[in-house]
Amino acid sequence: MSNVDVVVTGLGATTPLGGDVSSTWDALLAGNNGVRVNTAPWVERFDLPAKLAATLAVEPTAVLPRVQARRLDRCEQIAVIAAREAWADAGFAIPTDEHEPVDPDRLAISIGTGIGGPVTLLDQDDILEEHGLRKVSPLTVPMLMPNGPAAHVGIELRARAGVHTVASACASGAEGIANAWQMIQNGRADVVVAGGAEACIHPITVAGFCQSRTLSTRNDAPERASRPFDVDRDGFVLGEGAGVVVLERADHAAARGARVYAKVSGYGMTSDAHHITGNHPEGIGQIAAMTNAVRMAGLTPGDIAHVNAHATSTVVGDIGEAAAIRKALGEHVVVTAPKASIGHLVGGAGAVESIVTLLSIYYGTIPATRNLENLDPKVGLDVVTGQPRKVELAAAINNSFGFGGHNVAVLFTAA
Amino acid sequence: MSEKPSDAQILDGLAEIVEEVAGVATDDVTADKSFVDDLDIDSLSMVEIAVQAEDRFGVKIPDDELANLKTVGDAVNYVSKHV
Repeated sequence: MSNVDVVVTGLGATTPLGGDVSSTWDALLAGNNGVRVNTAPWVERFDLPAKLAATLAVEPTAVLPRVQARRLDRCEQIAVIAAREAWADAGFAIPTDEHEPVDPDRLAISIGTGIGGPVTLLDQDDILEEHGLRKVSPLTVPMLMPNGPAAHVGIELRARAGVHTVASACASGAEGIANAWQMIQNGRADVVVAGGAEACIHPITVAGFCQSRTLSTRNDAPERASRPFDVDRDGFVLGEGAGVVVLERADHAAARGARVYAKVSGYGMTSDAHHITGNHPEGIGQIAAMTNAVRMAGLTPGDIAHVNAHATSTVVGDIGEAAAIRKALGEHVVVTAPKASIGHLVGGAGAVESIVTLLSIYYGTIPATRNLENLDPKVGLDVVTGQPRKVELAAAINNSFGFGGHNVAVLFTAA
Repeated sequence: MSEKPSDAQILDGLAEIVEEVAGVATDDVTADKSFVDDLDIDSLSMVEIAVQAEDRFGVKIPDDELANLKTVGDAVNYVSKHV
């Protein structure tokens, strides 16, 4: 069990549904769709079979000052945007020499990403090939490095207790939050700004996902393409976005009268040691992740009323997760799968979906899973469809899994 | 550029480059200003500014020369001498 209470006091996001948390949450409750036709010319040029993407609702360059935007990779831009929102939402001002709202030596950053800055890497390689060394940006390395998003947030917020980046593919955002919780448990920090970011929509990433046959090709109906748990699901939709939360030691938050969304009460992190992209057929890693989270929180499986599923809308993955949830927690669990609306934000997914889980607890409302017209009979769980479900939640889990066999379950409880 | 630019023209050109790269208002880019101390331009941005200045004025600014261009005025003089 945890020794130190850790609470969430600030939320920030920029997603295919909205440029901040409230617009994303409202769109999710309304059942809106964030999946669009990918109009980039390279889709036709390479005849890519997946012609959809969940692109950001608000261009980051429309939010950031021009000079800052040109110094940051898109992944860094959205991490900074989400972190600023979360920081302000927690009631903190941007630090200055005159006023540092959190002791820098007690403030850390933990922002994960699946890839980091592949678009910068590839664009600068094109520039090198076409124009030679002189035209390669001196910012190339800091823009492409996966720790760039966390580092830029750390500079802006003056975090001196450590800046960390985990890379566990689509589990990165959730693992970033779990690691942040652990840092506060270990006494390394009082406040950790945590989450994940991804902006990797590029011909080579889309081509690679196409070749691994993981993307939906429902090109004629983008609004219906991402359909977790539905019998007609055919793959995920690649998206981009960032989610950031402010984790804070509960007494630190109480001392300044901060609003608390929920408590982080534990996590489970396991690895399948099975296949580089496929789930373990018995879901042992996923089951263990959820079971470990429940144990760490000092709860029992029956206490977990809700799971925000990883469910990406792939044929095999969704069923495997449903079976793992039933085995780990039981059939009473109410489930939702936000990727139906948001798409798959890769390294941002676990963070944005943790925010959705937190808000489900905070507001007592679980968003419905869009596009779920015919529930796959093999799911065997109560998946919210149609309208959002009003329900008081004492404890909920966000599941996030990633290529490489990463399984992360973060457990949130009502404050 | 067919004719050698005047120092004022070089200053205007540099100011536009500095504005584009570092976001400093062109009016603030005056001969007496230090790139680092006054205009808050880091070493990475200085490389970009130098490359753009080379293209604009048709000069070469080797790294060891770049290190000596402390002020905007130093840069104007360097370009004026080598253009």
